[in-house]
Amino acid sequence: MPDGLWIRCEGCKSLVYKKKVEEKFFVCPECNFHFRISAAERIKIMLDADSFDEYWKEMSPVDPLNFKDRISYKDRVASEKKKTGLNEAATAGKGTIEGKEVMIVVTDPSFIMGSMGSVVGEKVTRAAEMALEQKLPIIIASGSGGGARMHEGAFSLMQMAKTSFILSRLHQAGLLFVSILTDPTLGGVMASYASQADIIVGEPGALVGFAGPRVIRETIKKTLPKGFQTTEFMLEHGFIDMIVERGKIKHELSKILEYCDANHSS
Amino acid sequence: MSKKTANLDDPIIELNERIKKLQDNPKQDDILTEIKELEEQKKSLLKKIYSNLSPYDIIQISRHHLRPPVSDYISFMVDDFIELHGDRSFGDDKAIITGIGKFGNQRAMIIGHQKGKTTKERIIYNFGMPNPEGYRKALHKMRLAEKFHLPVVTLIDTPGANPDIGAEERGQAHAIAVNIAEMSRLRTPIICIVIGEGGSGGALGIGVGDRFLILEYAYCSVISPEGCAAILWKSKDNAEDAANALKLTAKDLYEMGIVDEVIPEPLGAAHNSPKEMANTLKKNYYPLP
Ligand SMILES: [Zn+2]
Repeated sequence: MPDGLWIRCEGCKSLVYKKKVEEKFFVCPECNFHFRISAAERIKIMLDADSFDEYWKEMSPVDPLNFKDRISYKDRVASEKKKTGLNEAATAGKGTIEGKEVMIVVTDPSFIMGSMGSVVGEKVTRAAEMALEQKLPIIIASGSGGGARMHEGAFSLMQMAKTSFILSRLHQAGLLFVSILTDPTLGGVMASYASQADIIVGEPGALVGFAGPRVIRETIKKTLPKGFQTTEFMLEHGFIDMIVERGKIKHELSKILEYCDANHSS
Repeated sequence: MSKKTANLDDPIIELNERIKKLQDNPKQDDILTEIKELEEQKKSLLKKIYSNLSPYDIIQISRHHLRPPVSDYISFMVDDFIELHGDRSFGDDKAIITGIGKFGNQRAMIIGHQKGKTTKERIIYNFGMPNPEGYRKALHKMRLAEKFHLPVVTLIDTPGANPDIGAEERGQAHAIAVNIAEMSRLRTPIICIVIGEGGSGGALGIGVGDRFLILEYAYCSVISPEGCAAILWKSKDNAEDAANALKLTAKDLYEMGIVDEVIPEPLGAAHNSPKEMANTLKKNYYPLP
């Protein structure tokens, strides 16, 4: 989000007072547009204050292919780290929601489009493994417009299989997995763990799908219908369970955790 | 439609209007006595009408435009309801609502046919006639319920599954068949309650469970009386004859051992006091025994 007292809303294009937007969890008070937010902000909104314990924070990507486009992958990672203050797109750990303990993973779209390389896949996998060991529910909030990360080639692709494997085991063990789709979630992330949850929640107006809209547009040489690939579109087509505004997400998650408590005896 | 059934509620409506008029202009001194008198009149009239109903009258009551739909039962009986949409494969069928909520302290998955209250709603909900994706949504949520040990409560109110080209292309019969098989297998208690129309396979698609209950003026039938008349009598005018022949009322179904229990409705049927109806249901038939 840009600095300054006033910011222009990407939804309604009007100038809105930045402080007002921040108070509303980075949602436009005029049109309900949900601004993109960092993983840290999202964790703050979803979890109880000071309850978050971050794990595997130092884990950082290597460059298995010696990949180079206009710049080398190594340089790209270095500049993304500098820009975001993160070591990778995923932040993982444990925390509580209205007192209920959960494992949580959040991907941040500002780090190489939140794409999934080996580290993102590994953090999702380790968080799920810990959920399995400790019989905890897991919540994964995806903001992964990049899908599987090109720069790590087939290693990225195989993260789809790796994460799916552990989450299937979680499912067999009767544990809860909630996927939250935020702007944007596409490609290999959407085609693996983000779509495998017991309950799939969307943020309003988020871009969600498999192929990116630009790719589709250029392939079929047609303009895409209004609202195509939004979370509302996905709800209508049966692929997500509910759309929840950011300001209400914590309490809705708390209810879901209560209703789908694997350790509940009845 | 017979003259008698078409006018079943007319005398009551007239009495209600007179009572309301009196309540709106409380000028006279003896108004309370007059209201009381009219209420008594209404009561005895209701008793008279409702003690002498033909099967086809009951069909009309089950389809009454004021009969409380599933959404009423959810708002009267269930706290903190979370609606869960979608079948994860084709679309979100609005003719079936699914979600989790609490009956008092007990959690449950609630699944029901949506009919709506206004014309606009009825069109959106397709008059409670589900498509295959509606049955698949219900199944997806029942499996979720099984995983988290939630009992399932289904509220049945449909004229039947949607007769439509798209529905056939997407496997309407298959969707219902899979649900019936899965509902008999699911390892979680399922209680099914017919609250209005129990129309054929469309009802059974969310209607197989551990207990099968029916409201006093609901019905359950292999085919609508109109459909049956059209096929066997070659005329829809024989719907009353078909309704008699099909033995589709709650009382008949109970006597034949098809339903476990008939849930009594308030005087003048559920549409006369929806809240009372919901309370009866909540108090006596949920939680599970
Ligand atoms: Zn705006």
